[in-house]
Amino acid sequence: MTVVSTRVAMIALSVLLALSVVASLSLGRYGIALGDLKTIALGWFGIGPGRAGVAEPVWRVVELVRVPRLLIGAFVGAGLALCGATLQGVFRNPLVDPHVIGVSSGAAFGGVAAILLGLGAVALWSLAFTAGLGALLLVVMMSRRAGRSSVLMLVLSGVVVSALFSALVSLATYFADPNDTLPAIVFWLMGSFASATPERALYMLPIIIVFALPLLLMRFRINILSLGDEEARALGLNVEPTRWLALCCVTGITAASVANSGIIGWVGLVIPHFARAIVGPDHRVLLPASALLGASYMLLVDLMARSLIAAEIPLGVLTAVVGATVFMVLLHRARSEDWQR
Amino acid sequence: MIEARAVGFRHEPALPWLFADLSFSLAAGQTLVLLGRNGRGKTTLLKCIAGLLAPSAGEIRTAGVIGYVPQHFAPVFSYSVLDVVVMGRARHVGLFASPSAKDRIAAEAALDQLGLGSLAQRSVTTLSGGERQLVLIARALASEADILLLDEPASALDFHNQAAVLSTLRRLVAERGLTVVMTTHEPTHALEIADRAVLLHGEGVAEEGPVAEMCTEAKLSELYGMPMRQLSYASGAGEASHIVASYAEIVRARSA
Repeated sequence: MTVVSTRVAMIALSVLLALSVVASLSLGRYGIALGDLKTIALGWFGIGPGRAGVAEPVWRVVELVRVPRLLIGAFVGAGLALCGATLQGVFRNPLVDPHVIGVSSGAAFGGVAAILLGLGAVALWSLAFTAGLGALLLVVMMSRRAGRSSVLMLVLSGVVVSALFSALVSLATYFADPNDTLPAIVFWLMGSFASATPERALYMLPIIIVFALPLLLMRFRINILSLGDEEARALGLNVEPTRWLALCCVTGITAASVANSGIIGWVGLVIPHFARAIVGPDHRVLLPASALLGASYMLLVDLMARSLIAAEIPLGVLTAVVGATVFMVLLHRARSEDWQR
Repeated sequence: MIEARAVGFRHEPALPWLFADLSFSLAAGQTLVLLGRNGRGKTTLLKCIAGLLAPSAGEIRTAGVIGYVPQHFAPVFSYSVLDVVVMGRARHVGLFASPSAKDRIAAEAALDQLGLGSLAQRSVTTLSGGERQLVLIARALASEADILLLDEPASALDFHNQAAVLSTLRRLVAERGLTVVMTTHEPTHALEIADRAVLLHGEGVAEEGPVAEMCTEAKLSELYGMPMRQLSYASGAGEASHIVASYAEIVRARSA
Protein backbone atom coordinates (compact mmCIF):
# COMPACT_ATOMS: atom_id res chain seq x y z
CA MET A 1 0.00 0.00 0.00
CA THR A 2 0.91 3.60 -0.36
CA VAL A 3 3.42 4.96 2.07
CA VAL A 4 2.63 8.64 1.64
CA SER A 5 -0.25 10.49 0.07
CA THR A 6 -0.22 10.52 -3.70
CA ARG A 7 0.03 14.28 -4.01
CA VAL A 8 3.01 14.54 -1.68
CA ALA A 9 4.72 11.69 -3.55
CA MET A 10 4.21 13.31 -6.96
CA ILE A 11 5.52 16.66 -5.71
CA ALA A 12 8.55 14.95 -4.18
CA LEU A 13 9.25 13.09 -7.44
CA SER A 14 8.97 16.34 -9.43
CA VAL A 15 11.39 18.08 -7.07
CA LEU A 16 13.77 15.14 -7.44
CA LEU A 17 13.59 15.50 -11.21
CA ALA A 18 14.22 19.26 -11.01
CA LEU A 19 17.28 18.66 -8.82
CA SER A 20 18.55 15.97 -11.20
CA VAL A 21 18.15 18.39 -14.11
CA VAL A 22 20.17 21.09 -12.36
CA ALA A 23 22.81 18.57 -11.27
CA SER A 24 23.26 17.10 -14.72
CA LEU A 25 23.50 20.58 -16.29
CA SER A 26 26.08 21.91 -13.88
CA LEU A 27 28.14 18.89 -12.83
CA GLY A 28 30.61 17.04 -15.02
CA ARG A 29 34.20 17.31 -16.08
CA TYR A 30 33.51 20.88 -17.12
CA GLY A 31 31.77 22.42 -14.10
CA ILE A 32 29.18 25.12 -14.72
CA ALA A 33 28.44 27.62 -11.96
CA LEU A 34 24.78 27.75 -10.87
CA GLY A 35 24.77 31.53 -11.50
CA ASP A 36 25.79 31.00 -15.13
CA LEU A 37 23.12 28.33 -15.52
CA LYS A 38 20.53 30.75 -14.23
CA THR A 39 21.66 33.48 -16.62
CA ILE A 40 21.48 31.13 -19.61
CA ALA A 41 18.12 29.65 -18.58
CA LEU A 42 16.54 33.09 -18.04
CA GLY A 43 17.90 34.08 -21.45
CA TRP A 44 15.75 31.35 -23.06
CA PHE A 45 12.69 33.20 -21.81
CA GLY A 46 14.00 36.58 -23.01
CA ILE A 47 14.98 37.74 -19.53
CA GLY A 48 18.41 39.21 -18.85
CA PRO A 49 21.51 38.99 -21.04
CA GLY A 50 21.29 35.19 -21.68
CA ARG A 51 24.30 33.81 -23.62
CA ALA A 52 25.95 37.23 -23.68
CA GLY A 53 26.16 37.17 -19.90
CA VAL A 54 28.47 34.13 -19.71
CA ALA A 55 31.73 32.99 -21.30
CA GLU A 56 31.31 31.35 -24.72
CA PRO A 57 32.55 27.86 -23.73
CA VAL A 58 30.02 27.87 -20.89
CA TRP A 59 26.93 28.40 -23.03
CA ARG A 60 28.27 26.14 -25.74
CA VAL A 61 28.67 23.28 -23.26
CA VAL A 62 25.24 23.92 -21.79
CA GLU A 63 23.24 24.46 -24.97
CA LEU A 64 24.99 22.20 -27.46
CA VAL A 65 26.09 19.34 -25.22
CA ARG A 66 24.37 19.18 -21.86
CA VAL A 67 20.81 20.22 -22.77
CA PRO A 68 20.40 17.78 -25.68
CA ARG A 69 21.97 15.03 -23.61
CA LEU A 70 19.73 15.89 -20.69
CA LEU A 71 16.59 15.90 -22.83
CA ILE A 72 17.39 12.60 -24.49
CA GLY A 73 18.42 11.00 -21.21
CA ALA A 74 15.33 12.16 -19.35
CA PHE A 75 12.96 11.10 -22.12
CA VAL A 76 14.62 7.71 -22.58
CA GLY A 77 14.54 7.10 -18.81
CA ALA A 78 10.93 8.22 -18.49
CA GLY A 79 9.95 6.24 -21.58
CA LEU A 80 11.59 2.99 -20.50
CA ALA A 81 10.13 3.22 -16.99
CA LEU A 82 6.72 3.93 -18.50
CA CYS A 83 7.10 0.88 -20.77
CA GLY A 84 8.05 -1.31 -17.83
CA ALA A 85 5.12 -0.17 -15.71
CA THR A 86 2.74 -0.66 -18.64
CA LEU A 87 4.02 -4.13 -19.52
CA GLN A 88 3.92 -5.26 -15.90
CA GLY A 89 0.28 -4.20 -15.75
CA VAL A 90 -0.79 -5.53 -19.14
CA PHE A 91 0.90 -8.90 -18.59
CA ARG A 92 -0.04 -9.01 -14.91
CA ASN A 93 3.53 -9.79 -14.01
CA PRO A 94 5.91 -7.57 -12.08
CA LEU A 95 8.92 -9.32 -13.63
CA VAL A 96 8.29 -8.16 -17.16
CA ASP A 97 10.15 -5.31 -18.85
CA PRO A 98 10.85 -4.42 -22.50
CA HIS A 99 13.97 -6.57 -22.34
CA VAL A 100 12.35 -9.72 -20.93
CA ILE A 101 9.62 -9.50 -23.53
CA GLY A 102 12.15 -9.54 -26.38
CA VAL A 103 11.45 -6.04 -27.69
CA SER A 104 14.90 -4.66 -26.79
CA SER A 105 16.76 -7.54 -28.41
CA GLY A 106 14.58 -7.32 -31.48
CA ALA A 107 15.19 -3.59 -31.76
CA ALA A 108 18.91 -4.14 -31.16
CA PHE A 109 19.02 -6.61 -34.02
CA GLY A 110 17.25 -4.13 -36.28
CA GLY A 111 19.73 -1.42 -35.31
CA VAL A 112 22.77 -3.66 -35.75
CA ALA A 113 21.50 -4.73 -39.16
CA ALA A 114 21.18 -1.07 -40.13
CA ILE A 115 24.73 -0.28 -39.00
CA LEU A 116 26.01 -3.37 -40.82
CA LEU A 117 24.30 -2.28 -44.02
CA GLY A 118 25.65 1.26 -43.57
CA LEU A 119 22.17 2.82 -43.45
CA GLY A 120 21.34 6.23 -42.06
CA ALA A 121 19.61 7.28 -38.84
CA VAL A 122 16.03 7.15 -40.15
CA ALA A 123 16.54 3.64 -41.55
CA LEU A 124 18.18 2.58 -38.29
CA TRP A 125 15.18 3.75 -36.31
CA SER A 126 12.69 2.16 -38.70
CA LEU A 127 14.53 -1.16 -38.69
CA ALA A 128 14.83 -1.09 -34.91
CA PHE A 129 11.09 -0.41 -34.60
CA THR A 130 10.08 -3.09 -37.09
CA ALA A 131 12.32 -5.73 -35.56
CA GLY A 132 11.16 -4.77 -32.05
CA LEU A 133 7.53 -5.16 -33.07
CA GLY A 134 8.39 -8.43 -34.84
CA ALA A 135 9.96 -9.76 -31.65
CA LEU A 136 6.88 -8.80 -29.68
CA LEU A 137 4.61 -10.50 -32.23
CA LEU A 138 6.68 -13.67 -32.02
CA VAL A 139 6.48 -13.69 -28.22
CA VAL A 140 2.73 -13.12 -28.18
CA MET A 141 2.12 -15.80 -30.83
CA MET A 142 4.31 -18.36 -29.08
CA SER A 143 2.72 -17.82 -25.69
CA ARG A 144 -0.75 -17.91 -27.28
CA ARG A 145 -0.15 -21.20 -29.08
CA ALA A 146 1.20 -22.77 -25.96
CA GLY A 147 -2.14 -22.36 -24.25
CA ARG A 148 -4.17 -19.62 -22.69
CA SER A 149 -1.82 -16.69 -22.46
CA SER A 150 -0.27 -17.94 -19.26
CA VAL A 151 2.21 -15.58 -17.71
CA LEU A 152 4.85 -18.27 -17.35
CA MET A 153 4.60 -19.12 -21.07
CA LEU A 154 4.85 -15.46 -21.89
CA VAL A 155 8.05 -14.98 -19.95
CA LEU A 156 9.50 -18.22 -21.36
CA SER A 157 8.62 -17.14 -24.89
CA GLY A 158 10.22 -13.77 -24.18
CA VAL A 159 13.41 -15.44 -23.01
CA VAL A 160 13.48 -17.62 -26.12
CA VAL A 161 12.86 -14.75 -28.53
CA SER A 162 15.40 -12.60 -26.70
CA ALA A 163 17.96 -15.38 -27.01
CA LEU A 164 17.19 -15.77 -30.71
CA PHE A 165 17.67 -12.09 -31.47
CA SER A 166 20.76 -11.89 -29.26
CA ALA A 167 22.21 -14.74 -31.30
CA LEU A 168 21.38 -12.89 -34.50
CA VAL A 169 23.07 -9.78 -33.09
CA SER A 170 26.18 -11.86 -32.31
CA LEU A 171 26.09 -13.28 -35.81
CA ALA A 172 25.89 -9.79 -37.29
CA THR A 173 28.77 -8.63 -35.08
CA TYR A 174 30.82 -11.59 -36.24
CA PHE A 175 30.41 -10.53 -39.86
CA ALA A 176 31.04 -6.86 -39.11
CA ASP A 177 34.21 -5.14 -40.33
CA PRO A 178 36.53 -5.13 -37.27
CA ASN A 179 37.97 -1.73 -38.23
CA ASP A 180 34.92 0.49 -38.29
CA THR A 181 31.53 -1.30 -38.19
CA LEU A 182 32.36 -3.61 -35.26
CA PRO A 183 33.35 -0.89 -32.78
CA ALA A 184 30.31 1.14 -33.87
CA ILE A 185 28.02 -1.80 -33.13
CA VAL A 186 29.65 -2.69 -29.82
CA PHE A 187 29.59 0.84 -28.42
CA TRP A 188 26.07 1.46 -29.69
CA LEU A 189 24.85 -1.73 -28.01
CA MET A 190 26.41 -0.88 -24.66
CA GLY A 191 24.32 2.25 -24.55
CA SER A 192 25.34 5.89 -24.34
CA PHE A 193 23.96 9.38 -24.62
CA ALA A 194 27.35 10.69 -25.77
CA SER A 195 26.07 11.00 -29.32
CA ALA A 196 23.39 13.47 -28.23
CA THR A 197 23.14 16.55 -30.43
CA PRO A 198 20.45 19.22 -30.62
CA GLU A 199 19.28 17.73 -33.96
CA ARG A 200 18.98 14.23 -32.50
CA ALA A 201 17.04 15.55 -29.55
CA LEU A 202 14.71 17.33 -31.98
CA TYR A 203 13.67 14.20 -33.86
CA MET A 204 13.92 11.84 -30.92
CA LEU A 205 11.70 13.64 -28.41
CA PRO A 206 8.56 13.92 -30.57
CA ILE A 207 8.74 10.18 -31.29
CA ILE A 208 8.83 9.31 -27.60
CA ILE A 209 6.09 11.84 -26.81
CA VAL A 210 3.83 10.49 -29.56
CA PHE A 211 4.04 6.97 -28.13
CA ALA A 212 4.08 7.92 -24.44
CA LEU A 213 1.02 10.16 -24.55
CA PRO A 214 -1.52 7.41 -25.39
CA LEU A 215 -0.03 5.23 -22.63
CA LEU A 216 -0.37 8.00 -20.07
CA LEU A 217 -3.91 8.74 -21.20
CA MET A 218 -5.07 5.11 -21.14
CA ARG A 219 -3.62 4.33 -17.73
CA PHE A 220 -7.04 3.55 -16.21
CA ARG A 221 -7.47 0.93 -18.93
CA ILE A 222 -4.18 -0.64 -17.85
CA ASN A 223 -5.63 -1.12 -14.36
CA ILE A 224 -8.48 -3.05 -15.93
CA LEU A 225 -6.23 -5.11 -18.22
CA SER A 226 -4.23 -6.08 -15.14
CA LEU A 227 -7.27 -7.99 -13.82
CA GLY A 228 -6.98 -10.56 -16.62
CA ASP A 229 -8.69 -10.93 -19.98
CA GLU A 230 -11.93 -12.47 -18.85
CA GLU A 231 -12.59 -9.98 -16.10
CA ALA A 232 -11.61 -7.06 -18.29
CA ARG A 233 -14.04 -8.31 -20.92
CA ALA A 234 -16.77 -8.72 -18.29
CA LEU A 235 -16.17 -5.10 -17.27
CA GLY A 236 -16.93 -4.05 -20.83
CA LEU A 237 -13.38 -3.63 -22.14
CA ASN A 238 -12.46 -4.41 -25.72
CA VAL A 239 -9.43 -6.37 -24.57
CA GLU A 240 -7.44 -7.24 -27.71
CA PRO A 241 -7.37 -3.79 -29.39
CA THR A 242 -6.65 -2.07 -26.07
CA ARG A 243 -3.75 -4.38 -25.31
CA TRP A 244 -2.33 -4.04 -28.83
CA LEU A 245 -2.49 -0.27 -28.63
CA ALA A 246 -0.51 -0.39 -25.38
CA LEU A 247 2.02 -2.89 -26.78
CA CYS A 248 2.59 -0.85 -29.95
CA CYS A 249 3.24 2.26 -27.89
CA VAL A 250 5.70 0.33 -25.72
CA THR A 251 7.46 -0.98 -28.82
CA GLY A 252 7.66 2.53 -30.27
CA ILE A 253 9.26 3.99 -27.15
CA THR A 254 11.64 1.05 -26.67
CA ALA A 255 12.71 1.03 -30.30
CA ALA A 256 13.25 4.80 -30.24
CA SER A 257 15.44 4.59 -27.17
CA VAL A 258 17.36 1.54 -28.37
CA ALA A 259 17.87 3.19 -31.77
CA ASN A 260 19.22 6.32 -30.16
CA SER A 261 21.22 5.03 -27.24
CA GLY A 262 21.53 1.26 -27.45
CA ILE A 263 20.31 -1.23 -24.90
CA ILE A 264 19.82 0.35 -21.51
CA GLY A 265 18.54 -2.51 -19.40
CA TRP A 266 16.97 -2.70 -15.98
CA VAL A 267 15.34 0.75 -15.99
CA GLY A 268 12.01 -0.69 -17.14
CA LEU A 269 12.13 -3.41 -14.51
CA VAL A 270 13.44 -1.61 -11.44
CA ILE A 271 11.86 1.84 -11.64
CA PRO A 272 8.21 0.67 -11.66
CA HIS A 273 8.93 -1.43 -8.56
CA PHE A 274 10.42 1.57 -6.85
CA ALA A 275 7.50 3.75 -7.90
CA ARG A 276 4.99 1.12 -6.76
CA ALA A 277 6.61 1.12 -3.34
CA ILE A 278 6.11 4.90 -3.16
CA VAL A 279 2.68 5.53 -4.73
CA GLY A 280 1.00 2.10 -4.66
CA PRO A 281 -0.13 -0.16 -7.52
CA ASP A 282 -2.85 2.03 -9.10
CA HIS A 283 -1.61 2.60 -12.67
CA ARG A 284 -3.38 5.96 -12.82
CA VAL A 285 -0.68 7.23 -10.45
CA LEU A 286 1.98 4.61 -11.06
CA LEU A 287 2.55 5.48 -14.73
CA PRO A 288 3.30 9.19 -14.26
CA ALA A 289 5.27 8.43 -11.09
CA SER A 290 7.38 5.84 -12.96
CA ALA A 291 8.03 8.32 -15.76
CA LEU A 292 9.21 11.03 -13.32
CA LEU A 293 11.37 8.60 -11.37
CA GLY A 294 12.76 7.02 -14.54
CA ALA A 295 13.82 10.40 -15.87
CA SER A 296 15.60 11.36 -12.63
CA TYR A 297 17.24 7.95 -12.38
CA MET A 298 18.53 8.10 -15.94
CA LEU A 299 19.93 11.63 -15.47
CA LEU A 300 21.76 10.61 -12.30
CA VAL A 301 23.12 7.41 -13.82
CA ASP A 302 24.24 9.33 -16.91
CA LEU A 303 25.92 11.87 -14.63
CA MET A 304 27.81 9.01 -12.99
CA ALA A 305 28.63 7.50 -16.39
CA ARG A 306 30.31 10.66 -17.62
CA SER A 307 31.98 11.87 -14.43
CA LEU A 308 33.03 8.86 -12.31
CA ILE A 309 36.20 8.13 -14.26
CA ALA A 310 38.14 9.93 -16.96
CA ALA A 311 36.64 7.81 -19.73
CA GLU A 312 32.90 7.44 -20.17
CA ILE A 313 31.40 4.28 -18.70
CA PRO A 314 28.82 2.64 -21.00
CA LEU A 315 25.34 3.42 -19.66
CA GLY A 316 23.95 -0.08 -20.11
CA VAL A 317 26.72 -1.40 -17.86
CA LEU A 318 25.99 1.15 -15.13
CA THR A 319 22.20 0.75 -15.19
CA ALA A 320 22.67 -3.01 -14.89
CA VAL A 321 25.07 -2.68 -11.95
CA VAL A 322 22.98 -0.05 -10.16
CA GLY A 323 19.66 -1.62 -11.13
CA ALA A 324 20.57 -5.13 -10.09
CA THR A 325 21.91 -3.92 -6.75
CA VAL A 326 18.85 -1.79 -6.01
CA PHE A 327 16.58 -4.61 -7.09
CA MET A 328 18.30 -7.02 -4.72
CA VAL A 329 17.69 -4.63 -1.84
CA LEU A 330 14.06 -4.13 -2.91
CA LEU A 331 13.44 -7.87 -3.16
CA HIS A 332 15.05 -8.40 0.20
CA ARG A 333 12.85 -5.80 1.86
CA ALA A 334 9.64 -6.43 -0.04
CA ARG A 335 6.73 -8.28 1.39
CA SER A 336 5.42 -10.43 -1.40
CA GLU A 337 2.00 -8.75 -1.00
CA ASP A 338 2.41 -6.48 -3.99
CA TRP A 339 2.90 -9.20 -6.54
CA GLN A 340 1.60 -12.36 -5.01
CA ARG A 341 -0.91 -14.41 -6.85
CA MET B 1 -34.37 -9.58 -18.80
CA ILE B 2 -32.72 -12.77 -19.97
CA GLU B 3 -34.11 -14.99 -22.69
CA ALA B 4 -32.43 -18.31 -23.56
CA ARG B 5 -33.68 -20.28 -26.53
CA ALA B 6 -32.61 -23.89 -27.16
CA VAL B 7 -29.16 -23.14 -25.79
CA GLY B 8 -26.52 -25.85 -25.92
CA PHE B 9 -22.80 -26.00 -25.24
CA ARG B 10 -19.97 -28.40 -25.94
CA HIS B 11 -16.28 -27.57 -25.82
CA GLU B 12 -15.59 -29.22 -29.19
CA PRO B 13 -17.87 -30.71 -31.82
CA ALA B 14 -16.45 -34.18 -31.06
CA LEU B 15 -17.25 -33.93 -27.35
CA PRO B 16 -20.66 -34.66 -25.79
CA TRP B 17 -22.99 -31.78 -24.94
CA LEU B 18 -22.62 -30.27 -21.48
CA PHE B 19 -26.19 -29.04 -21.77
CA ALA B 20 -28.49 -28.81 -24.76
CA ASP B 21 -31.89 -27.50 -25.79
CA LEU B 22 -32.18 -25.38 -22.65
CA SER B 23 -34.76 -22.61 -22.78
CA PHE B 24 -35.84 -20.20 -20.10
CA SER B 25 -36.77 -16.62 -19.65
CA LEU B 26 -36.17 -14.45 -16.64
CA ALA B 27 -37.92 -11.14 -16.07
CA ALA B 28 -36.46 -8.14 -14.27
CA GLY B 29 -36.53 -8.63 -10.52
CA GLN B 30 -36.31 -12.42 -10.77
CA THR B 31 -33.57 -14.68 -9.47
CA LEU B 32 -32.37 -17.88 -11.11
CA VAL B 33 -30.02 -20.45 -9.59
CA LEU B 34 -27.95 -22.95 -11.56
CA LEU B 35 -27.51 -26.28 -9.78
CA GLY B 36 -25.50 -29.32 -10.80
CA ARG B 37 -22.51 -31.46 -9.98
CA ASN B 38 -18.95 -30.33 -10.67
CA GLY B 39 -18.12 -30.10 -14.35
CA ARG B 40 -21.73 -30.17 -15.54
CA GLY B 41 -21.61 -26.67 -16.97
CA LYS B 42 -22.82 -24.26 -14.29
CA THR B 43 -20.00 -21.77 -14.78
CA THR B 44 -20.06 -22.35 -18.54
CA LEU B 45 -23.75 -21.46 -18.71
CA LEU B 46 -23.12 -18.40 -16.56
CA LYS B 47 -20.34 -17.28 -18.91
CA CYS B 48 -22.61 -17.85 -21.90
CA ILE B 49 -25.18 -15.54 -20.33
CA ALA B 50 -22.41 -13.02 -19.58
CA GLY B 51 -21.34 -13.11 -23.22
CA LEU B 52 -17.86 -14.34 -22.26
CA LEU B 53 -18.46 -17.64 -24.07
CA ALA B 54 -20.52 -18.23 -27.21
CA PRO B 55 -23.09 -21.04 -26.91
CA SER B 56 -22.59 -23.89 -29.42
CA ALA B 57 -26.31 -23.90 -30.19
CA GLY B 58 -29.28 -21.64 -29.66
CA GLU B 59 -29.09 -18.07 -28.48
CA ILE B 60 -29.22 -16.01 -25.32
CA ARG B 61 -30.59 -12.51 -25.40
CA THR B 62 -30.13 -10.10 -22.54
CA ALA B 63 -31.43 -6.59 -22.05
CA GLY B 64 -29.44 -4.35 -19.75
CA VAL B 65 -25.91 -3.97 -18.45
CA ILE B 66 -24.40 -7.18 -17.08
CA GLY B 67 -22.31 -7.28 -13.93
CA TYR B 68 -20.24 -10.48 -13.69
CA VAL B 69 -18.93 -11.56 -10.30
CA PRO B 70 -16.26 -14.27 -10.66
CA GLN B 71 -15.76 -16.99 -8.10
CA HIS B 72 -12.18 -16.03 -7.35
CA PHE B 73 -10.65 -12.60 -7.26
CA ALA B 74 -6.92 -12.47 -6.73
CA PRO B 75 -5.46 -9.45 -8.51
CA VAL B 76 -1.70 -9.47 -9.03
CA PHE B 77 -1.42 -5.93 -7.70
CA SER B 78 -2.81 -5.01 -4.31
CA TYR B 79 -5.31 -2.38 -5.40
CA SER B 80 -7.36 -0.58 -2.78
CA VAL B 81 -11.02 -1.52 -2.42
CA LEU B 82 -12.07 1.84 -3.88
CA ASP B 83 -9.74 1.36 -6.90
CA VAL B 84 -11.36 -2.02 -7.57
CA VAL B 85 -14.89 -0.68 -7.34
CA VAL B 86 -14.03 2.32 -9.54
CA MET B 87 -12.92 -0.21 -12.19
CA GLY B 88 -16.58 -1.20 -12.39
CA ARG B 89 -17.08 2.17 -14.08
CA ALA B 90 -14.97 1.12 -17.10
CA ARG B 91 -17.99 1.17 -19.43
CA HIS B 92 -18.65 4.79 -18.56
CA VAL B 93 -15.04 5.99 -19.00
CA GLY B 94 -13.55 6.66 -22.45
CA LEU B 95 -10.44 4.89 -23.78
CA PHE B 96 -8.17 7.86 -23.14
CA ALA B 97 -9.96 9.15 -20.06
CA SER B 98 -9.67 8.58 -16.34
CA PRO B 99 -12.63 8.16 -13.99
CA SER B 100 -14.21 11.47 -13.03
CA ALA B 101 -15.48 12.67 -9.68
CA LYS B 102 -18.88 11.33 -10.72
CA ASP B 103 -17.43 7.84 -11.18
CA ARG B 104 -15.78 8.04 -7.79
CA ILE B 105 -19.05 9.08 -6.19
CA ALA B 106 -20.85 6.16 -7.86
CA ALA B 107 -18.20 3.78 -6.54
CA GLU B 108 -18.43 5.19 -3.02
CA ALA B 109 -22.22 4.96 -3.13
CA ALA B 110 -21.98 1.29 -4.15
CA LEU B 111 -19.59 0.61 -1.27
CA ASP B 112 -21.87 2.39 1.19
CA GLN B 113 -24.85 0.43 -0.05
CA LEU B 114 -23.11 -2.79 0.95
CA GLY B 115 -21.83 -1.34 4.20
CA LEU B 116 -18.21 -1.41 2.99
CA GLY B 117 -17.51 2.33 3.25
CA SER B 118 -14.96 1.83 6.00
CA LEU B 119 -12.91 -0.58 3.84
CA ALA B 120 -12.46 1.85 0.92
CA GLN B 121 -8.74 2.42 1.44
CA ARG B 122 -7.87 -1.15 2.45
CA SER B 123 -5.93 -3.32 0.02
CA VAL B 124 -8.18 -6.01 -1.48
CA THR B 125 -5.51 -8.64 -0.95
CA THR B 126 -5.89 -8.19 2.82
CA LEU B 127 -9.66 -8.79 2.81
CA SER B 128 -11.39 -11.98 3.89
CA GLY B 129 -13.21 -14.09 1.30
CA GLY B 130 -16.60 -12.74 2.37
CA GLU B 131 -15.47 -9.13 2.14
CA ARG B 132 -13.99 -9.77 -1.30
CA GLN B 133 -17.30 -11.17 -2.56
CA LEU B 134 -19.11 -8.09 -1.30
CA VAL B 135 -16.50 -5.81 -2.92
CA LEU B 136 -17.07 -7.57 -6.26
CA ILE B 137 -20.82 -7.15 -5.88
CA ALA B 138 -20.22 -3.46 -5.12
CA ARG B 139 -18.13 -3.25 -8.30
CA ALA B 140 -21.01 -4.73 -10.30
CA LEU B 141 -23.40 -2.20 -8.71
CA ALA B 142 -21.02 0.66 -9.54
CA SER B 143 -21.18 -0.43 -13.18
CA GLU B 144 -24.92 0.27 -12.99
CA ALA B 145 -25.61 -3.36 -13.81
CA ASP B 146 -29.21 -4.44 -14.35
CA ILE B 147 -28.26 -8.11 -14.44
CA LEU B 148 -26.01 -9.64 -11.80
CA LEU B 149 -24.28 -12.94 -12.64
CA LEU B 150 -22.53 -14.58 -9.72
CA ASP B 151 -20.35 -17.68 -9.77
CA GLU B 152 -20.73 -19.46 -6.44
CA PRO B 153 -20.85 -16.23 -4.47
CA ALA B 154 -21.24 -18.10 -1.17
CA SER B 155 -18.67 -20.85 -1.64
CA ALA B 156 -15.79 -20.84 0.80
CA LEU B 157 -17.63 -18.45 3.10
CA ASP B 158 -18.61 -19.15 6.69
CA PHE B 159 -22.33 -19.26 7.58
CA HIS B 160 -22.38 -15.65 8.74
CA ASN B 161 -20.89 -14.34 5.50
CA GLN B 162 -23.08 -16.61 3.38
CA ALA B 163 -26.10 -15.05 5.06
CA ALA B 164 -24.64 -11.57 4.46
CA VAL B 165 -24.20 -12.22 0.73
CA LEU B 166 -27.64 -13.82 0.34
CA SER B 167 -29.49 -11.08 2.18
CA THR B 168 -27.59 -8.44 0.19
CA LEU B 169 -28.66 -10.07 -3.06
CA ARG B 170 -32.24 -10.34 -1.95
CA ARG B 171 -32.29 -6.71 -0.85
CA LEU B 172 -30.80 -5.54 -4.16
CA VAL B 173 -33.40 -7.47 -6.13
CA ALA B 174 -36.15 -5.88 -4.06
CA GLU B 175 -34.72 -2.33 -4.11
CA ARG B 176 -33.32 -2.09 -7.61
CA GLY B 177 -35.27 -4.69 -9.52
CA LEU B 178 -32.03 -6.46 -10.46
CA THR B 179 -32.13 -9.73 -12.34
CA VAL B 180 -29.83 -12.24 -10.65
CA VAL B 181 -28.35 -15.51 -11.87
CA MET B 182 -26.08 -17.45 -9.56
CA THR B 183 -24.50 -20.87 -9.37
CA THR B 184 -24.43 -22.70 -6.07
CA HIS B 185 -23.97 -26.09 -4.46
CA GLU B 186 -26.42 -25.20 -1.71
CA PRO B 187 -30.07 -25.91 -2.66
CA THR B 188 -31.18 -24.18 0.53
CA HIS B 189 -29.84 -20.92 -0.89
CA ALA B 190 -32.01 -21.53 -3.93
CA LEU B 191 -35.09 -22.05 -1.76
CA GLU B 192 -34.35 -18.89 0.17
CA ILE B 193 -33.70 -16.38 -2.63
CA ALA B 194 -34.51 -17.83 -6.04
CA ASP B 195 -37.65 -17.77 -8.16
CA ARG B 196 -36.49 -20.29 -10.71
CA ALA B 197 -33.82 -22.97 -10.99
CA VAL B 198 -31.88 -24.75 -13.73
CA LEU B 199 -30.75 -28.31 -13.02
CA LEU B 200 -27.75 -29.34 -15.11
CA HIS B 201 -27.70 -33.14 -15.18
CA GLY B 202 -24.83 -33.41 -17.66
CA GLU B 203 -24.61 -35.13 -21.04
CA GLY B 204 -26.96 -32.63 -22.58
CA VAL B 205 -29.76 -33.02 -20.07
CA ALA B 206 -30.94 -29.81 -18.43
CA GLU B 207 -34.28 -28.66 -17.07
CA GLU B 208 -35.63 -25.37 -15.86
CA GLY B 209 -38.65 -24.44 -13.77
CA PRO B 210 -39.95 -22.71 -10.66
CA VAL B 211 -37.66 -23.32 -7.74
CA ALA B 212 -40.34 -25.17 -5.75
CA GLU B 213 -40.73 -27.71 -8.55
CA MET B 214 -37.01 -28.12 -9.19
CA CYS B 215 -35.67 -28.27 -5.64
CA THR B 216 -37.48 -31.37 -4.47
CA GLU B 217 -35.98 -34.42 -2.78
CA ALA B 218 -36.57 -36.58 -5.84
CA LYS B 219 -35.10 -34.18 -8.42
CA LEU B 220 -32.08 -33.20 -6.34
CA SER B 221 -31.33 -36.81 -5.37
CA GLU B 222 -31.23 -37.62 -9.06
CA LEU B 223 -29.16 -34.51 -9.81
CA TYR B 224 -26.44 -35.23 -7.25
CA GLY B 225 -26.58 -39.01 -7.48
CA MET B 226 -27.13 -39.37 -3.73
CA PRO B 227 -30.07 -39.14 -1.33
CA MET B 228 -31.11 -35.56 -0.51
CA ARG B 229 -33.58 -34.83 2.28
CA GLN B 230 -35.79 -31.82 2.85
CA LEU B 231 -36.18 -30.73 6.47
CA SER B 232 -38.90 -28.29 7.48
CA TYR B 233 -38.74 -26.38 10.70
CA ALA B 234 -40.20 -23.36 12.42
CA SER B 235 -37.54 -20.64 12.22
CA GLY B 236 -37.63 -17.27 13.94
CA ALA B 237 -38.75 -15.80 10.61
CA GLY B 238 -41.50 -18.34 10.04
CA GLU B 239 -41.78 -21.71 8.34
CA ALA B 240 -38.45 -22.63 6.65
CA SER B 241 -36.98 -25.46 4.65
CA HIS B 242 -33.50 -26.90 4.51
CA ILE B 243 -32.29 -29.36 1.90
CA VAL B 244 -29.39 -31.50 3.03
CA ALA B 245 -27.35 -34.29 1.58
CA SER B 246 -27.96 -37.45 3.55
CA TYR B 247 -24.32 -38.40 3.92
CA ALA B 248 -25.28 -41.02 6.50
CA GLU B 249 -27.04 -43.16 3.91
CA ILE B 250 -23.97 -43.20 1.67
CA VAL B 251 -21.08 -43.19 4.10
CA ARG B 252 -22.46 -45.81 6.46
CA ALA B 253 -23.65 -48.08 3.66
CA ARG B 254 -20.26 -47.96 1.90
CA SER B 255 -18.15 -48.45 4.99
CA ALA B 256 -20.34 -51.25 6.38
